[in-house]
Amino acid sequence: MLRDKHLTVTVSPHIKTDLTTEKMMWTVITVLLPVAAAGVYFFGIHAGLVILVSIISAVLAESLCLKIMRRGTAVTDGSAFLTGLLLSLCLPPEIPLWMAALGSFFAIAVGKQAFGGLGYNIFNPALAGRAFLMLSFAKEMTTWKTLTRFPDSITAATPLNLLKEQGTDALMTVYGSMPHLYKKLFLGNVGGSIGETSAVLLLIGGCFLIARGIITWHIPVSYLATVAVISVFTGGISNVLFQLLAGGLMLGAFFMATDLVTTPITKSGQIIFGIGCGLITMLIRVRGGYPEGVCYSILLLNAVTPLIERFTKTRIFGTQKQ
Amino acid sequence: MKISFKGGVHPPENKHLCKGLKIKELPAPETAYFALQQSIGSPSEPVVKKGDSVKRGTCIARATGFISSNVHSSISGEVIDIKKHPHPLLGCARAVIVKSDGQDTPCGSFQESDFSAALFDKNKILKAVSDSGIVGLGGAAFPTHVKLNPPAEKPINTVIINGAECEPYLTSDHSLMLSSAEKIVKGAILITKAVNAKECVIAVEKNKPDAIDLIKKACEKYNNLKVIAFNVKYPQGAEKQLIFSVTAKEVPSGTLPMDVGVLVQNVGTANAVYEAVVMKKPLYERVVTLSGRGILNPCNWKVRIGTPFRNVINAVGLSGETVEKLIMGGPMMGLAQYTDEVPVIKGTSGILVLTKKEALPFKHLPCIRCGKCVEVCPMGLIPADLSKFVSGEKTDEAKEIGLLDCMECGSCNYICPSGTNLLQYIKLGKYELMRKKNA
Ligand code: SF4
Ligand code: SF4
Repeated sequence: MLRDKHLTVTVSPHIKTDLTTEKMMWTVITVLLPVAAAGVYFFGIHAGLVILVSIISAVLAESLCLKIMRRGTAVTDGSAFLTGLLLSLCLPPEIPLWMAALGSFFAIAVGKQAFGGLGYNIFNPALAGRAFLMLSFAKEMTTWKTLTRFPDSITAATPLNLLKEQGTDALMTVYGSMPHLYKKLFLGNVGGSIGETSAVLLLIGGCFLIARGIITWHIPVSYLATVAVISVFTGGISNVLFQLLAGGLMLGAFFMATDLVTTPITKSGQIIFGIGCGLITMLIRVRGGYPEGVCYSILLLNAVTPLIERFTKTRIFGTQKQ
Repeated sequence: MKISFKGGVHPPENKHLCKGLKIKELPAPETAYFALQQSIGSPSEPVVKKGDSVKRGTCIARATGFISSNVHSSISGEVIDIKKHPHPLLGCARAVIVKSDGQDTPCGSFQESDFSAALFDKNKILKAVSDSGIVGLGGAAFPTHVKLNPPAEKPINTVIINGAECEPYLTSDHSLMLSSAEKIVKGAILITKAVNAKECVIAVEKNKPDAIDLIKKACEKYNNLKVIAFNVKYPQGAEKQLIFSVTAKEVPSGTLPMDVGVLVQNVGTANAVYEAVVMKKPLYERVVTLSGRGILNPCNWKVRIGTPFRNVINAVGLSGETVEKLIMGGPMMGLAQYTDEVPVIKGTSGILVLTKKEALPFKHLPCIRCGKCVEVCPMGLIPADLSKFVSGEKTDEAKEIGLLDCMECGSCNYICPSGTNLLQYIKLGKYELMRKKNA
């Protein structure tokens, strides 16, 4: 006999996908592990410590905040772990550990929990942490390690740095030929942040996330396409591949600009978001004071996300578009 | 025409739980409970009193008002009471209770006879449908004679017979199509004739190839009949989505299918229309899917209206796994029940006994604005915002962004990774709006 005390009564629906927020977070983390491993492989053990410290600091900060603010969410949802990991991937491999820890703490405490915690933050917490470090410790944040393990690694400067400060000719002198440079960018043995070196691993990871329905193609594709188009106009066809592969673009387009919380909820909004990111990234790269513009472009677009959402309402079935 | 509607989800179908699709006949219950409210609209009024004896098929309650339907006894015996009883939609409501005399004497022969649509005109069909108390058997239970009689200024061009059965677990329509393809097609012809439509389309999802074949075969003899097989996607069987898929027309927000010249009827209803018109048999039984992992041997039963859920479940027994929910209908739109004393009503397409594993209450995390609910909403709404507005007691804002356009299909709630009870808030918001309007 079935009676009230055995039966749960709720409104429909009574079944649910098993793709939960937690699962999504941990899948993204899993996909990023090879990227992190590549960082350690190329830059050595200190890079590994940076990653570890950054994650631990983020998780501690999250636990602390959840306790103080008595929030209902659990640290096991993976979001803090992911923020720590993402932040470490866009730090220089030589950065002092305490700086990584501080940046990570800031990312969680100020970038996320001060806004209300999971789901309520306006800015991508990892990028907020990076921007904070950039403002506080500009020198350490732009000191790049020479890839001593590789005999043909001649310079410490990142390719984008070289291009910005010394122009295309210097780039060619250092890397020999364009194809040689592309190969390095693709595989990852170039100077740069821990996680932004190997384009191929980031691409595979990103495509996997799209295939699993954890992120959608709208932001990465519109972002990358915008960068590609602008680079044709600013440097010709030969410039395109370089601009796409260099710097933090792949990491940014697939893993930062696709952060669910801080990007528009509608597909059309997401495309506008991606285009905006592409425009500003290239504006900074070509005209700005920094060699790289991925971080600031995404943060800027995060800020206008509510505005984008206001103008990209969906069309309700059976109505005309207003 | 065949196009895909926007959005939708692909929940695990679990239709295979019902092994074989042969319909078994459930013995008539000893006591039957006939809810006076079987359909949307006003409840019917009893025409029998305590102590009266009734036969199978005797009308025991008459429609009151325009949107209402007759109710018939499904067993022979004696009326022992008319009082409140657990009701699967209303919690508790008035019902006529009949105790069986064990004879199961019918009040007519209910025989099939030669069929020719020419024998029946519009009025004859309408009268038979209305007398027999037919309502939409897909679940919504709207009185069919009302739908078959649209105002003259809204002519019907296309009749769509809905055999999509997109709800997971349910196979009652599927098994009916296998056992009664002929009757369904004849019923479809009668419905088409009643509204004087130009064409009739029978729509089935592709996961029922055997049913599609049988229906196609049954259609061969007739003109103006077409069978369309749709890709499997929930909610393909939702009225507006189905109409869009067949005709490429969107039913404008706030209007009815007849405003675009379309009438949708479920396959079960078509079958009932045939039985009512040709066999003169009132609607006193229907096919019910009994499934879920809490059930020992899920299958389809032909059940007398008024049979308590408990009798249906006891016919096979529980599997012994911990039961979490008892549901009338499918897992996406069905209603959770608080007791198995509730009787089968005309809109009962399924009885599901779901285990803890199948229907665990959702763990709730904050919305992460992932946009999945937006992506799947077939009505083009932003469910995350609807629920945000309602939970912030801003129902008017929610109404502005389409609260009333929600058809409560549950797709958003199904897909949401954070386990937000979107539909709960949406329903609450609609309720609040109603209350405000009536206040
Ligand atoms: S699916 Fe859930 S978490 Fe995602 S936007 Fe909608 S309500 Fe928020
Ligand atoms: S908002 Fe309504 S119509 Fe849209 S998916 Fe949710 S329940 Fe279905």
